[in-house]
Amino acid sequence: MEGIDKLQSQDLKQIARRLRSHIVKMVGEAGSGHPGGSLSAVEILATLYFNVMKVDPENPDWPDRDRFILSKGHAAPALYAALAEKGYFPTEKLITLRKLGSPLQGHPDRKSVPGVEVSTGSLGHGLAVANGMALAARLDNRNYNVYVLLGDGEIQEGMVWEAAMAAAHYKLDNLIAIVDHNHLQIDGKISEVMSPEPVAEKFKAFGWSVQTIDGHDFDQIQTAIENAKKVQGKPSVIIAETVKGKGISFMENEADWHGKAPKSEELNKALAELDGQENGQS
Amino acid sequence: MAKIATREAYGKALVELGRQNKDIVVLDADLSKSTKTALFAKEFPERFFNMGIAEQNLMCTAAGLALSGKIPFASTFAVFATGRAFEQIRNGIAYPQVNVKIAATHSGLTVGEDGASHQAIEDIALMRVLPNMTVVVPADAEETRQAVQAVADYHGPVYLRLGRPAVETVYENNYKFQIGKADQLRKGQDAAIIACGIMVNEALVAAEELASEGINVMVVNMSTIKPIDREAVLAAAATGAIVTAEEHTIMGGLGSAVAEVLATEKPVPMAMVGIGDTFGESGKPAELMEKYGLTASNIKTKVKKLLEKKI
Repeated sequence: MEGIDKLQSQDLKQIARRLRSHIVKMVGEAGSGHPGGSLSAVEILATLYFNVMKVDPENPDWPDRDRFILSKGHAAPALYAALAEKGYFPTEKLITLRKLGSPLQGHPDRKSVPGVEVSTGSLGHGLAVANGMALAARLDNRNYNVYVLLGDGEIQEGMVWEAAMAAAHYKLDNLIAIVDHNHLQIDGKISEVMSPEPVAEKFKAFGWSVQTIDGHDFDQIQTAIENAKKVQGKPSVIIAETVKGKGISFMENEADWHGKAPKSEELNKALAELDGQENGQS
Repeated sequence: MAKIATREAYGKALVELGRQNKDIVVLDADLSKSTKTALFAKEFPERFFNMGIAEQNLMCTAAGLALSGKIPFASTFAVFATGRAFEQIRNGIAYPQVNVKIAATHSGLTVGEDGASHQAIEDIALMRVLPNMTVVVPADAEETRQAVQAVADYHGPVYLRLGRPAVETVYENNYKFQIGKADQLRKGQDAAIIACGIMVNEALVAAEELASEGINVMVVNMSTIKPIDREAVLAAAATGAIVTAEEHTIMGGLGSAVAEVLATEKPVPMAMVGIGDTFGESGKPAELMEKYGLTASNIKTKVKKLLEKKI
């Protein structure tokens, strides 16, 4: 499979709106889940799945595919929405999120959903798993890249830094980490709960190539990933400045929406806002 | 017969395995000289990854390698493998059923002088409770050699429990290890001893001495603790009395696994030789075995007492 056809920013915006619509509907229907950190990651996931990664939904185990690991597994609704829109499974399935017997578990389960590379949900694991995949690519002389999305609260976990040390030690330049830096965690602002700042400097000190961007700007995300792919001899991290709950006015920057489902009126309001954005009101 | 440590046999078996299969990779956490993975590292440096003193990272990196088609053996001391990285094993290896082999050395009290902080006496229990996990405890060098090959051929998570000191030879190379299959080492009808690891040899010594007193006991090596060989447990139960023997706490280990089968399928009087509700301490392995009752003579005593209760 050759490189993928790049979409226009306008097309990616349409995809992002659809992902947001799926996310609020899924979580609303489930009656529980994590909309805030799903919505903050939408542009990152849309860019990765629709403009960057070499993947084939018809052949999810293709050995040369790029890998994506959602280390912040609670943003499962965003991943499921992206996988469904990409064609891994029908979008109609999304509404089964968190229901008994559904493959769409509350946190991603690799055994039940095609396209889910790693079972996540317990924070801190993803970067180490990504390291293992990046090492395997090197052993097998395969040139795929491994992408891993971390939460900014998640990097409070000690093992993230064990893995950060290892990625630099083994010079994993086929590894690109993205930090969804939305500044909020369940108990409030990360700066108040347990500040991981300065995040960029920490990764630099660990020997990483570091870029900081607006995580909702498609051009910046695209450019940062292209830059990261060119880095040699060290891993890359993109600190994506984002807004938790992005795109739904009453969810934006509210820690309360980390793990709360919208009630039916709230869901209608959210969907109306997304419709309005589609009609050019934003 | 020369005494060989199971960790030594493990290190050599890994090298053999590495020669046969290029997908075998080995990870360690700064203990490769002690776990004997250094032997593999020397021959296959490109397939050996020292993760430093970072056991959580060790387990999840192994998972990533396995998810990309490699067969990783992740080694460190049992107390750190199963304790420090328990949650990584649970959520990163067992739940997603990833093909990682956790080969932990320095299990049990026979770690010796390092003391309680380094003596894993609860690792079998911790690994046994995890769905999808297979738990194997070889008795000697030959069984270890074969078990390493068998767990590499098997697809799925495995906990392989190895020891520090040189141990007596139980098996010649005419033995055939199979995952999930117990081995009856000695026939007997008066009682049965079901043992694992270093206690298998103690059980054989006890049986020999009991025979000279006219008591004939069956000896079973239950080297796969999970999935347990139910048929072998029931065959042992046919003797009417069972003593289990393990270098592990009696809570949640081999004795418990046997009791779970007996209690639900064929209750018979039972006794357990193992470590009580206590941590270990520094000392020579043999001194610790003696002090904590991990001996042939304690097994003998337990068998005789049990025979009084036999229906």
